[in-house]
Amino acid sequence: MNDYNFAYLDEQTKRMIRRAILKGIAIPGYQVPFASREMPMPYGWGTGGVQVTAACLVPEDRLKVIDQGADDTTNAVSIRRFFQRTAGVAVTEATAEATVIQTRHRIPETPLSEGQILVYQVPIPEPLRFLEPRETETRKMHELEEYGLIHVKLYEDIARHGQIATSYAYPVKVEGRYVMDPSPIPKFDNPKLADNPAIQLFGAGREQRIYALPPHTSAVSLDFEDHPFVASKADHACDLCAAEASYLDEVITDDQGSRMFVCSDTDFCQSRRAAGHVGRLGHPATGDQ
Amino acid sequence: MYVAVKGGERAIDAAHAWLAEERRGDTSVAELSTVQIREQLSLAVNRVMAEGSLYDPDLAALAIKQARGDLIEAIFLIRAYRTTLPRFGASIPVETAEMAVSRRISATFKDLPGGQILGPTFDYTHRLLDFKLAAEGQVPEAPTAPARLEPVPHVMGMLGRDGLIQSEAPGEETPPDLTREPMELPASRPLRLQAITRGDEGFILSMAYSTQRGYGRTHAFVGELRIGTVAVELDIPELGFAVQIGEVELTECETVNQFTGSRTEPPQFTRGYGLVFGQTERKAIAMSLVDRALRWKELGEDFTGAPAQDEEFVLMHADNIQATGFLEHIKLPHYVDFQAELELVRKLRREALASREAAE
Amino acid sequence: MTPEALSGGFRDASIQSARAFRAALEAMARPGTIWQVEGAAPPAPMSVASGVLILTLCDGTTPLHLGASMDLPMIRDWITFHTGAPLVAAEAARFALGHWQDLMPVNRFAIGTPDYPDRSATLIVEMPDLSTAGPQLSGPGIKGNASLSFPEVAAFRANRRHFPQGFDTYLTCDTRLAGLPRSTIVEDV
Repeated sequence: MNDYNFAYLDEQTKRMIRRAILKGIAIPGYQVPFASREMPMPYGWGTGGVQVTAACLVPEDRLKVIDQGADDTTNAVSIRRFFQRTAGVAVTEATAEATVIQTRHRIPETPLSEGQILVYQVPIPEPLRFLEPRETETRKMHELEEYGLIHVKLYEDIARHGQIATSYAYPVKVEGRYVMDPSPIPKFDNPKLADNPAIQLFGAGREQRIYALPPHTSAVSLDFEDHPFVASKADHACDLCAAEASYLDEVITDDQGSRMFVCSDTDFCQSRRAAGHVGRLGHPATGDQ
Repeated sequence: MYVAVKGGERAIDAAHAWLAEERRGDTSVAELSTVQIREQLSLAVNRVMAEGSLYDPDLAALAIKQARGDLIEAIFLIRAYRTTLPRFGASIPVETAEMAVSRRISATFKDLPGGQILGPTFDYTHRLLDFKLAAEGQVPEAPTAPARLEPVPHVMGMLGRDGLIQSEAPGEETPPDLTREPMELPASRPLRLQAITRGDEGFILSMAYSTQRGYGRTHAFVGELRIGTVAVELDIPELGFAVQIGEVELTECETVNQFTGSRTEPPQFTRGYGLVFGQTERKAIAMSLVDRALRWKELGEDFTGAPAQDEEFVLMHADNIQATGFLEHIKLPHYVDFQAELELVRKLRREALASREAAE
Repeated sequence: MTPEALSGGFRDASIQSARAFRAALEAMARPGTIWQVEGAAPPAPMSVASGVLILTLCDGTTPLHLGASMDLPMIRDWITFHTGAPLVAAEAARFALGHWQDLMPVNRFAIGTPDYPDRSATLIVEMPDLSTAGPQLSGPGIKGNASLSFPEVAAFRANRRHFPQGFDTYLTCDTRLAGLPRSTIVEDV
């Protein structure tokens, strides 16, 4: 641990990131350019989130790291270890006990509370990128609030499929001003972005952008009056904990087409099972899980 | 009974142990030392230094060993290490006109002050596998010529004296640092050059090649290519003058390109510039072509839509560490977004089939 | 440079600045809340809270403007020694430190550009008193009622009209600080 500064990054880098975070907080939904550093893990694997987390951590923190909602996926394990090694912080899998949560692709099911920080790993921060590849152009669009293109795209979906065919990384409009990419979370999670008591920070390392949603900020999923936004999920209950309203992973259980659905949020699922909830294929909690 | 997949930590540890074993290979074969890599795989070392943006042959050799010879992985190791280094100061610009050259050629003049020096080049080797090397043959000593003490002025300076090549005004401003500030577009030429010199050799090569085949053609001649060492000097405020702190090997390429002119300006040649750490000739030539292609706006040329003219396209995709990271990240779990897509496609199919049935 | 200028910095920079940043982050994210900080001992009349913010956020890359009441040799030396921040005129500043009167007129400070609204100044305003008694606040970060003691309402209302451009503000008093991002709407009184 003595080989590195607290939380790995040098102080000047942390100051630069902290200044960017504060500007992001002051301009909700706006992507602040920052001089992302080359981290000892590959771009695209959470370098932005890691830098934001490193800039936020204090020794007293309890850190939770999830990937796809799960604490034990290999990349989550790797990032959690990185901070245990370089910052010596305590770690937890319990959402309610964590002070800082770094996530990839999910917002935990357990509602967050004041004093918590949720750090998202973001691959492509620009919500307009797939409509217009040029940064020089999309920056202009944000400046002029020219969001017609994205509405046209959503509308074309409706014309072709009868509904909006965007199921994750579903764009939101923040405080009536900036259109923002919430990172590739399923649109099921979008409603949790808005009016959340926690601070939400978004870090895109390779693309060198940080943005933020302060607590209790409005974030409206783009839609049309006759095609309102719907937060959808697999139409099942969790087969382990019987939760009806949590986001589900589909697991293929044999080569005959059998499948089961389980909570993608492993902490949520385990807590429910510990509390005695048993799903279709579950078994009463025995403490071995 | 279903048990959720666990054991990520154990899997990672086991993978690392296996990797270490594979790296070492057959233990009955002698282990490769980093000194051997530094001395005998020096062009790989040079590439790692150039794209890692860190001039340290020993570290580059270590990175190559650690990366099992995967040069992009080695560059990555160097980059990640480089970020953690404190900065003690900035050198004054190196003077390539005073380079101690080991190779210097011009494609534009048959002979010139300082002479043409072939140096240690593959150029005229016949690409025949040399089986003597497999048998660890002794290398006969190369003949040496007496050192030429005459200066080796830049070819461009000679053209410039007659006003035949566009002059580049010396810039007093400290160039921006790509590794300390976010990339801002449109980029200045110093920023572009920084991005290209550390850009992926293969990408820069292909971009340059595409200009030769007509996608943003600039009619380049190699005005001069020189490889050698230059002194690195640091201003010491307490002393009031600069002192030499070391030397680095560089490859510099300047191309002479198609002339431009207008009613007010008589025609003159323009130039592209390449400067890369180490003996990295392919990269330096490619860099100068891409630099020249990106200068279309400043030189009043047309944007023909060629990839090599497109600053944002070139600069945002030249970095192999960014590229490989993002490319390879798609092997990470995407269960959640894939599940969202799966549900959507099922729903769309259900509705499409239902409406087809209703129609029938 | 006086010996006093060399003291009063963080003893354990990485830990103390981390804790200070968390307070600064919470403050900026929740306008109308007041946060306690510690660890800096800057020369008078600079408050501990202002000193903490400067040590945490400023360095050689952030030009700083000192209002007249803060533009004293001791303070200049302290900031130079501990942060290396270049001291500049209001127009060129990324950060500014002063009493409200010193910083007037605030339209001298950078509010960013329409395409880069983040390129704006952060004002650190020394307050004789700091409390949650004052005009009502609304906007991002605020649920229900929030209010804060203000040096002046009109300037902040004018700043809000430039949104998303604008300057951001920390109000400091002794060891306490509050944040006021440009996004906050200050009730007209």
